[in-house]
Amino acid sequence: MRYISNTPAQQKEMLGRIGAASIEALLANVPTKARLSRPLGLPAAMAEADLVRHLRALAAKDASADDYSCFLGAGSYDHLIPSPINHLISRGEFFTAYTPYQPEASQGTLRTIFEYQTMMAELTGMDVANASIYDGASSLAEAVLMAHAVTGRNETAFSRGINPLYGQVVETYCEGPDLRLKRVALADGVTDLDALRRAVTDRTAAVVVQYPNFLGCLEDLREAGEIAHAKGALLVVAADPVNLGFLTPPGALGADIVVGEGQGLGVPMSYGGPNLGVFACRAELVRRMPGRLVGATVDRDGHRGFVLTLQTREQHIRREKATSNICTNVALCALMATIYVSIMGKQGLRRVGELATAKAHYAAARLAEVPGVQLRHRAPFFKEFALELPKAPERVVKRLLRDRILAGVPLKAFDRGAKNALLVAVTERRTKDEIDAYAAALAAAVA
Amino acid sequence: MEAKPSYDKLIFELSAPGRFAHSLPDLDVPSADPATLVPAQFVRATPPALPEVSEVDVVRHYSRLSLMNYGVDTHFYPLGSCTMKYNPKINEDMARLPGFARLHPLAPAAASQGALQLMWELARDLAEISGMDHVSLQPAAGAQGEFAGVLMIRAWHLSRGERRHKVLIPDSAHGTNPATTAQAGYQVVQLKSDEAGEVDLADLERHLDEDVAAFMITQPNTLGLFESRIHQITEMCHAKGVQVYMDGANFNAILGITRPGDLGFDVCHFNLHKTFTTPHGGGGPGSGPVGIKAHLAPFLPTPVVVKDGDTGYSLDWNRAQSIGKLQAFWGNFGMLVRAYTYIRTMGPDGLRSVSENAVLNANYILKRLEGDYDRATAGPCMHECVVSARRQKKLGVSATDIAKRLLDLGFYAPTTYFPLIVEEALMIEPTETESKETLDQFCDAMIQIAREAETNPHLLHEAPVTTSVRRLDQTLAARQPVLRWNAGA
Amino acid sequence: MSNVPADLKYTKEHEWAKVEGDRARIGITAFAQDQLGDVVFVELPKVGTKVTSMSTFGVVESVKAVSDLFAPLSGEVVEINTELPKKPETVNRDPYGQGWMIVIRMTNPGEASALLNAAQYEQLIAAAGH
Repeated sequence: MRYISNTPAQQKEMLGRIGAASIEALLANVPTKARLSRPLGLPAAMAEADLVRHLRALAAKDASADDYSCFLGAGSYDHLIPSPINHLISRGEFFTAYTPYQPEASQGTLRTIFEYQTMMAELTGMDVANASIYDGASSLAEAVLMAHAVTGRNETAFSRGINPLYGQVVETYCEGPDLRLKRVALADGVTDLDALRRAVTDRTAAVVVQYPNFLGCLEDLREAGEIAHAKGALLVVAADPVNLGFLTPPGALGADIVVGEGQGLGVPMSYGGPNLGVFACRAELVRRMPGRLVGATVDRDGHRGFVLTLQTREQHIRREKATSNICTNVALCALMATIYVSIMGKQGLRRVGELATAKAHYAAARLAEVPGVQLRHRAPFFKEFALELPKAPERVVKRLLRDRILAGVPLKAFDRGAKNALLVAVTERRTKDEIDAYAAALAAAVA
Repeated sequence: MEAKPSYDKLIFELSAPGRFAHSLPDLDVPSADPATLVPAQFVRATPPALPEVSEVDVVRHYSRLSLMNYGVDTHFYPLGSCTMKYNPKINEDMARLPGFARLHPLAPAAASQGALQLMWELARDLAEISGMDHVSLQPAAGAQGEFAGVLMIRAWHLSRGERRHKVLIPDSAHGTNPATTAQAGYQVVQLKSDEAGEVDLADLERHLDEDVAAFMITQPNTLGLFESRIHQITEMCHAKGVQVYMDGANFNAILGITRPGDLGFDVCHFNLHKTFTTPHGGGGPGSGPVGIKAHLAPFLPTPVVVKDGDTGYSLDWNRAQSIGKLQAFWGNFGMLVRAYTYIRTMGPDGLRSVSENAVLNANYILKRLEGDYDRATAGPCMHECVVSARRQKKLGVSATDIAKRLLDLGFYAPTTYFPLIVEEALMIEPTETESKETLDQFCDAMIQIAREAETNPHLLHEAPVTTSVRRLDQTLAARQPVLRWNAGA
Repeated sequence: MSNVPADLKYTKEHEWAKVEGDRARIGITAFAQDQLGDVVFVELPKVGTKVTSMSTFGVVESVKAVSDLFAPLSGEVVEINTELPKKPETVNRDPYGQGWMIVIRMTNPGEASALLNAAQYEQLIAAAGH
């Protein structure tokens, strides 16, 4: 067995030293009644070549974005992943290291997380960011719990513009502490501010909006923030950080907590996971923030060093009074994002946004030219938009698969009132040829 | 011992205005100035203060930072309850296959059959390994797996018209257990361990009543002991309608030997980043699938991966009693591919051999160290052992000092100060992938340190001296938190 | 080392109380700060908060631990030590003096007689094996 080093001779030697007749003797504490009396019913071990063949065959059944034009969004995006990232994160010192609890032996990881925290704070326009949590949805749930802890209030005004999958996760997290999500309606693709004003009371812990929202539309965060703060509530914003090289950051528009899905920052889509939960907040809220934090300090010789800090908030010390039960962060994904942002840099991230929005606006115009197809909302959008189709979107999607196009996400599953709607995302990876081909295929599909 | 790497730069400090590392295509669609495509208030006025570096800068910087880390690839990593076993490289290759890595989660089911099949088979395999009836692969980490498990238990009680308020947890438990319990809205009641380090049955009996929703334990427990009276424990709990939850952090001890489902557990979670070799990555991502008995099936997180003989594999969203979702999508699929690859590589005999060798290795270390360190428990341990540095503490040497000296001697340190019920605890889990030679080197180092504690404790107080930094001022970091880089700082 | 001022009253949770007329000044003992290690943060209630005997009124954090602060007596918080959040190390340096945490106006002064006196508290910490 290639992952087990001890030979039978060495096992015998070790047993001799221990004074046990066999490994069975070491398992004496496991009652016979508890013992499995047969081998596990699993497929037999596969040699590497056979296993590779088997997995390649499985993977070949999937419509990868290498072979299909991917216009899917809704929380996962086909953004460019620069080549150095995979090489660097594959260094064994990074990916086989543990959580940096022994900081002297983990300065590599700690420094990259410190850089990551800086970058996320910069992008979101907030004072401080944590070392990452699981994904955008659970980050949002943690933000809602944090707002409840900070304000002592039990309700949130929750825009219907938030990704419904995120909404489900937030509901699940809110069951324990019995928090109420008051849904606020949309008006033509963005949060209805009058409805929001009516929904926010002095029992509201937070106003929660997404930017751009699930339908791709740009929300008026400043106004939402003013409504929230007028009643002593926090403004919680869910934002895709890859857009924030171009878009005004939520921190500049009144946000108290910013969360988001960082997958677009160099993390593969990988059928939905692992992801990168970004979490940032204002300085005065830092002690209530869940998740790990890396801070700068000095060592005995006065040299700069980095450590996990404010750990007493976390589960391993605070236990049932912890800010959250979270244990891991997604360190390797945060490292991908750190390297991505270093590569893109000050100018590149802006350029990614410019390319994405230019192509998205071109695509929206071309697709809306197809007879019977319309743009569903008039609100300004960024890299994603909803179309109203004259035929059932699931059938259009199925038809376009044959043209090697992943056309978009039918919205009927999320909103019964949207049974002809299709959500289309366009990143900097989509070429003019792909977009034109999509328009032609769509025209044929709805004719 | 390797020379102390002396690199102290952050990426921002390598910046030069105008340098760049990106390669982006030209705009190929006709377009107005992109800054005019959205209203002006949405266009960022000041660019973020991000680095301006070349690709060489990036590669050299992160390569040099990596040299300041200890990883399993370079060092023995005996962290208790973390299972720092070797991370197979074939797993990495398979996770990167384009049909997996470049697959969008919302691709239609017909275009995702490979991924769905992998998930379905992995869930089935984990169910077999654990003796459970169903497995959800959605939780992102062990703590989320626990959360899902406790929520399903809660939903089950509610479905029977019962609203219970308490969860029982031993004092030796991992911190996520009480944290998760509190997050799920339950009151945590801590139970004492007995002198042998196992659950105190009398204390359990005293606390079991019909206001208790669940009892959560780790099996084997955090002292490395198999809770031998487990059948009695699960029967006592079930008699009062209490559900029993197994924290699967220590699964590496029992693969092919025993199964939670056969011991009476109703729920268990798996840590794929422990037992099933998915890499720790410097602190994540993990993956924490949760296994359940059939009576909890209606409450599984949505969606559930199902197999229909005719149409293949798909996601079933029609789950009216589900507890909901923990992540936006279906689970940490990239980690699921790695775990699947590992299980297929090992097969049933290989997995059994994993646990046998894990137990052998831990007992060997315990035997070699028992002359110099106090054992926390009598009798054989399972896959990890706990010793106390009580003797060394009397000489002014703490578990921390021992851990730091180990770094100088070329080893990552064991877990220290956990479990909380052992004074100056050192929790050691070698895993099955380490050789006798490595174990001997480690034990020689620990014995050397025990000698040094007697003859030259100063050496231990000064450690580490060969790492890239010396001991760090944690107090300063917490009193005056500096959590980001600033220009001119 | 035994630093247990004779003129104070004590709780089992290692708080001290100094009765000053109808008010009581409250902090944590030298033993407590020694057990905690370097204090990094103190969370105090707002002025006006009502506390009851042995309810928690705040939190004290060190690098490795965090402890709830228990009110020895019932009453209303009338003063808080605003220096502490800025200089938490004061708790370590001068736990009975400048490290005071809150002052309450007592609603039930009789509760003071149920607190430990210095001798009793000394016995408590000696038994803790320190």
